[in-house]
Parts: sequence; structure tokens; C-alpha cells
Amino acid sequence: MHRTTAAIHGWLLLLPAMAILALFTHWPAFAAVLDSFFSTARPRRPRRFVGLGNYEQMLNDPVFWQAVSNNLWFAAWTIPASIALAMLMALWVNDRIAGRAFVRMAYFTPTVLPMIAVANIWLFFYTPQYGLLEQLLGLFGLPSHNWLGSKDTALAAITVVAIWKEAGFFMIFYLAALQQIPPNLSEAAALEGASRWTYFRRVQFPLLMPTTLFVLINAVINAFRMVDHIFVLTRGGPDNATTLLLFHIYQVGFSFWDTAYAATLTTVLLAVLALAALIQYGVLEKRIHYR
Amino acid sequence: MSAAETISPYDPRGSGRLLETVAAWLLAILWILPLAYAVWTAFHPPEYSARFELLAPLTLDNFARAWSAAPFARYFLNTVMLVTLVLACQLVLCTLAAYAFARYEFPGSSVAFALVLAQLMIMPDVLIVENYSTLNSLGLIDSIPAIALPYVASAFGIFLLRQTFKTVPRELDDAARVEGASAMQTLLKVYVPLGRPIYLAYGLVSVSYHWNNFLWPLIVTSSVESRPLTVGLQVFSSTDQGIDWSIICAATLMTSAPLLVGFLLFQRQFVQSFMRAGIR
Repeated sequence: MHRTTAAIHGWLLLLPAMAILALFTHWPAFAAVLDSFFSTARPRRPRRFVGLGNYEQMLNDPVFWQAVSNNLWFAAWTIPASIALAMLMALWVNDRIAGRAFVRMAYFTPTVLPMIAVANIWLFFYTPQYGLLEQLLGLFGLPSHNWLGSKDTALAAITVVAIWKEAGFFMIFYLAALQQIPPNLSEAAALEGASRWTYFRRVQFPLLMPTTLFVLINAVINAFRMVDHIFVLTRGGPDNATTLLLFHIYQVGFSFWDTAYAATLTTVLLAVLALAALIQYGVLEKRIHYR
Repeated sequence: MSAAETISPYDPRGSGRLLETVAAWLLAILWILPLAYAVWTAFHPPEYSARFELLAPLTLDNFARAWSAAPFARYFLNTVMLVTLVLACQLVLCTLAAYAFARYEFPGSSVAFALVLAQLMIMPDVLIVENYSTLNSLGLIDSIPAIALPYVASAFGIFLLRQTFKTVPRELDDAARVEGASAMQTLLKVYVPLGRPIYLAYGLVSVSYHWNNFLWPLIVTSSVESRPLTVGLQVFSSTDQGIDWSIICAATLMTSAPLLVGFLLFQRQFVQSFMRAGIR
């Protein structure tokens, strides 16, 4: 009897949160997969089962492939660059350098600002002729360049903004982890005559691995979620050069109102995130623990 | 930040230290540069927006013009209502769920917990199309609750509070029960007060996240009455103003000001809160 009441209480406590989660996370994820097998309902043309028709359309959609390759490129740069910078920043800020408080504040500030607001600032920064970047390059006699308007540099330009926004955020996790390394480890290493590089490579870096895993998971999710700045900086252009997957979903779903195709694209994005989760929790976690 | 104050033998000395300080400062200046540029432009007359002269006159005119050019007062109100609503609901829902996971044994609890954790990977941010149609059928489109609803059951919050509640000694719980407290009273009198630093940490993270959130509010709102600041700023800077950078920079700083000022005043709490929220 007592166990039954406990079970009822437990479920009652859980119920409100689970109901909301089911309605806005589990159901939509399931509905996206379901809708991807149907056509979009139009006036006087109700939706019908189309099997893999939407997926066929997707494989023949050049913008989809462009978005995939853009997103992979974006991920391939933002993830390692923001993690490496974060680690470097944390190592510096952890040492007793002059003006440490200012330096730490400077690194962390982008984190607390809205992405949409900082994108406005970066738009100004990148503006041809007028912007700060152009002015700085002009000092060195370099020619003017339209960073956001040119197909060759637009994706790199939005990638830089993402790295700038993220690195300071990840830094604080590394800083916390560095401060938890017992000081006697560095004393012992110094007694053994290990160089600073050896100490970092053999002691600090391995001890930071759990933090790196946590940061990595966040960086991967962010690489497929961060699109706010695109709305301000490029709107996916020029010629889809900066269209990322989620931005493409937005365009298909809310500019063309093709919800079935948007659901298909969402399914792909969910598959990517699930795959990332499997790799990270399954493979990497084991290796970190056994090392 | 106290244990690290003992000097490590690997703390750089001499020229190494100078090199490291210079490098750290260069990166810091690089990091703050876009923001400094915006501050310069916002506080100077438009003719100085790309010209740097030490004696350029300071002005608040750009802020006044931005403020009167768009209903920013209403956007501020909307954002404040939004973050308050989200946080209040999150605190209630996450506390109840976390208590269930931490202190109750019931069939299906591990499956339920796995279902909660799934949201850490599949965030509402990516389910925009389906969530829009759900809220549409609920008739809630273009309202502040519509922006809030997908986020109020936060897996992150549940996870964080569950970890916290698990560290509360069972004896405290038992003692409260012996004195005749109900489960709810025990939760409110024992668990919640002990979790205060975590609540503060979670609150700061949640408020800054929803103050800054853009894509979902952009999709579900279409009127001044429900638009938060981020969407209002985007509408303002992309349509209302041509390329008057002074006024755009002023509006941009204005929308970020509360968080920025809060961060500068309570830097320690901010940084520690983000750390605390991340470590568990």
C-alpha cells in the first residue's frame, strides 16, 4: 500500500513537466517524422500519403545540399576553434597576469549579449568602406572587400561571429575545471622537472577531458542551432552561401509554407543530433573513462 | 576562485609572463572591439560614426531618436513579462519533477528520466515547424504564453535540481516528516532553501537565455503587443531605419543594456552561476 502511494505521488509530481515535455518535445519530434511521409495540405487539396516523396525532393534540392555542406563547414570550424580558444583563454586567465579581471570580462561579455544584437554590431563592423574592419585593413594598405556580400568570404564571416560568441562561454567551464586541479600536482610535476608544456599535455589536458566532453556536446548542438545572426548579417545569401540547415527549415516552413518538406528537413536535423549524441555518449565517454 | 590563489610553480615568470600578458590582452581587446565600436557610434553624432577623434562631442541623441522611432517601451515590457513567465513556470515544474526523480521510487521513473534528458539534445529551438502548428491549433499564436510554453518544462532545470536534491541528507527529510510535515511542506521547507545557490544560478542562465532568444519568438509573434525586444530590434533595424548606424547601435545597446549592466555589476555571480549550471 505504501509503495503504491509513493508511486502515485511520484507520478503526480512529474505529471505537469512530463505533459509539457510530451506536447512540445516528444510529440513534435514524432510528428516531424510522421509528416515527412505526407504532402503539405493546401486549400482544396488535403494532405495525402506520399511515401518517400519528400525525401526524393530533398535529395534533388540543391539548396538542401548547399545547407548541409555549409553547416558541416560551419561545424568543422566553430567546434574546434571555439574549444581551443576557450582552453587557451582559461589557461591565461587562470595565471596571475596583470589585469586578469578585465581580460576575463572581455572574453565573457559576448556570452551575455543577445546574438541578434551583436549581429547588428558585426554587420557594422563588416560594412564595406565604412566599417571598422575595412578601416583597419585600409591602414595596412589592403584593398576594400565586401566580406558579407561575397560568396567566398560570407560563410567565414558568420563563422567568426559564432566563434567569438561561444569561446568565452566555454572558457568559464575550463576555468572552473582548472581551479579544481589540486595544487600538489603542479608541485610534484615541477619537482620531477617537467616543462610547462609537459605539465599541460600530461596533467592538465587529461584532467580537463570531462569538461571537454561537456563543452563538445554543447558546441555540436550549437553548430546546428545557431542561426540568429544569419537573419541580420546575410539572410542566407549571397546565393545561399550562408544557408545553414535550421535556417533552410525556417525558410521552407515559414517563407514558402511547405510544412511537409520542412518536417522532412527537421527529421534530418533530428537524425544528425541523435547521431551526435550516440557518438558522444557511446564512444567518447568510454574512452575518457578508461584512459 | 580562492583555492587557485596559491602560486603554481607553472605560473609564468619574467619574459614568459610578459609575453603571456601581452597575448591575453591583445585577444581581450580584439574580443571587446566590436562592442567598443558600437559604444563609440551610439554616443557620438552620426558624422563621427566611422571617424575617431578624441574630442568628438558626446551625445545621447541617438538613444532618444531610437526610443521614439519604435515602441521599445512596449518591447521591454513584453520581454520582462516573457522572462518572468518562463522562469516562474520553470521553477515550479522543474522543482516538482526534480523532487520526484530525487526522492521517489516509482515504476517507469528511469524511462521518464531518459525521456526528460532527450530534450537536452532535441531542444525546442529545432522543432519550430511542428510546435508552430501545435500552438496554432491551440489558438495561442502571437501571444507571450506561446513564446514561453515550449520552454517551461526544461530538462536542464530538472536535471540540475535533481542533482541538488540528491545531495540533501535523508535525515533532514525524515526529521521533517516525523514532525508531521507533508511531502509538499518538506519540499518547500527543506529542499528548496538548501538549493538556493542552484536556483540563483539556474535563474540567471534562464533569464539571459530567454532575454536573448530570437528565432522562436520571431516565428510565433507578429504584433507589437507580443513581440519581445530581440524581434523588435530586428524589425526596427532591418525595416524602419535605412543604414543610420548611430541609431541602430543605440537601439542595439539599449536592448542589451539590462543584461550587460547586470553582468558588469554582478560579474562574480554571473560567472559562478554559469559555471555551477554547467558542472553538474
